[in-house]
Amino acid sequence: MTPALETRALCKSFGALTVAERIDFVLPPGARHALIGPNGAGKTTFINMLTGRLKPSSGRILLGGEDVTALAPDARVKRGLGRTFQINTLFRELSVLDNVALGVAERRGVAGRLWRPASAYREVREESLELLASLGLAGDAALRTADLPYGKQRLVEIAIALGLRPKVLLLDEPAAGVPSVESERIFEVLDRLPREIAILIIEHDMDLVFRFARRITVLVQGEVLCEGTPAEIAADRRVHEVYLGERHGHA
Amino acid sequence: MAAASAIGYASSARLRPIELLPWALALAVFFFAPTYQPLAAYVLIIILFALSLDLIVGYGGIVTLGHSAYFGLGAYVAGVFAVRVTGDPLIGLAVAAAGAGLFGLVTGAVILRTHGLALLMLTLAITSIVLEVANKWTTVTGGADGLHSVPIQPILGYFRFDMFGRTAFVYCLIVVALCWWLVRTIVYSPFGVSLAGTRENDVRMAAVGAPVYRRRLLAYTISCTLAGIAGALLTQTTQFVGLSVLGFELSGELLVMLVLGGVRRIYGAFVGPVVFLVAKDYLAKQFPEYWYLGIGILLIVIVMFARGGILGILDGVLDRLRRGRR
Repeated sequence: MTPALETRALCKSFGALTVAERIDFVLPPGARHALIGPNGAGKTTFINMLTGRLKPSSGRILLGGEDVTALAPDARVKRGLGRTFQINTLFRELSVLDNVALGVAERRGVAGRLWRPASAYREVREESLELLASLGLAGDAALRTADLPYGKQRLVEIAIALGLRPKVLLLDEPAAGVPSVESERIFEVLDRLPREIAILIIEHDMDLVFRFARRITVLVQGEVLCEGTPAEIAADRRVHEVYLGERHGHA
Repeated sequence: MAAASAIGYASSARLRPIELLPWALALAVFFFAPTYQPLAAYVLIIILFALSLDLIVGYGGIVTLGHSAYFGLGAYVAGVFAVRVTGDPLIGLAVAAAGAGLFGLVTGAVILRTHGLALLMLTLAITSIVLEVANKWTTVTGGADGLHSVPIQPILGYFRFDMFGRTAFVYCLIVVALCWWLVRTIVYSPFGVSLAGTRENDVRMAAVGAPVYRRRLLAYTISCTLAGIAGALLTQTTQFVGLSVLGFELSGELLVMLVLGGVRRIYGAFVGPVVFLVAKDYLAKQFPEYWYLGIGILLIVIVMFARGGILGILDGVLDRLRRGRR
């Protein structure tokens, strides 16, 4: 089966500093895959290359078997690549509904229409409302996004990405900055994401990683250290040394 | 909690009665105060100019100090075209609109690749360059003297521009009303919401698959076209065009008007110029040497205490009254 997402020998360096070293990565359809690694391992760089915000120095990126290395971010989105951001990247002054509707309208190809009012596009509004309701945000649709509590803003992040109906979804620390009482709500939402979406999650919260992922890739200094099931990763001595050891060092 | 902005996928775009108020006032001038028609025509032209600015500054978040370049270009194209080709006002208006729009497309394609301060500086450069060209290219523009007695034929060969400014006023009223309707339609459309999205967060807009640059460029081009129409109206109704339609002082004054009235509200572009021009007229009579000080103080008060401009203040008062009634 064609992988939903694949990278071949992906490299990135800023001058002498190498932040990605020949990363070969395969994400099958419907995957639940986590990318972990200590701070500065190059996780966010990797994500930014996948989405097209950052140009790789060499190597290739394939989305559903198609080479998208040279494509702009919006063209990759059109081909089914969605993402959330580590730090809330929302339309703060717009309503929660419009935050989602903007993406839905883009996907439906009506976002550039000039002549009819946006409210005439009922299908966009209704789909967005349904999506918000499925995440428990139905009551917040009319509010200004900046007025939402932080935990709910994280859910809006996910809602925007889901509105694109992605085949591949990149979740960049979906629970970052959320107090642990509220993060349970985010875990639940992640558990219930449609099965057919291939998901790559970057997360520091190991509880979430081991609960959510069926496979884990460990990235260290821009290189893949190892890949395996959660049980294999938990038992891997190298991971303990590099990853957990570093944590003890800071504690 | 504050309600979200007035445009969007859940906001009704139906015309509210209050939105007809400016047009009712304009008709009142026509019927009851005909001597004010020339002044009212000028105010309408500045309103259109401010409205074009609101589209990009308010809705698009593209801050510019160079919008007079397109206003001035429209004014000069209308003038030169009338002198050299034909004095038919509608053809002249169309040519001026196309010229300003094309210039907006070309300059926008360059400057919209930048953001923030770099963008602001480039807009200043554009209006300075256009000003210099108009100043130095005397054989065509008349240089510092401008073009006088620009020949303008009757509209549709029938409505002659009279000395009382009646035809000019009605002409401006119709053109500005059509442009207002266009801006209103655009702002409420999916394109308008997506333009607001690029203002709020261009990174996220790209991440939902929006062609951010193209959207901004289209908005910019439309705005420049409207500014050019406003400039052409000024030339045609006064039969004169000079260097005062260019330069960044005019751009700056326009931005002040818009901020006074309230950005991102459509009608801020109506209230701002009226208040500004009335205040300027009053202050210039009372304190001929210091009138700009008064405008400055007015601006400081608005920016410090009422970010939504005069309409923002009115909104707040109405909100409080409504809540008090409950």
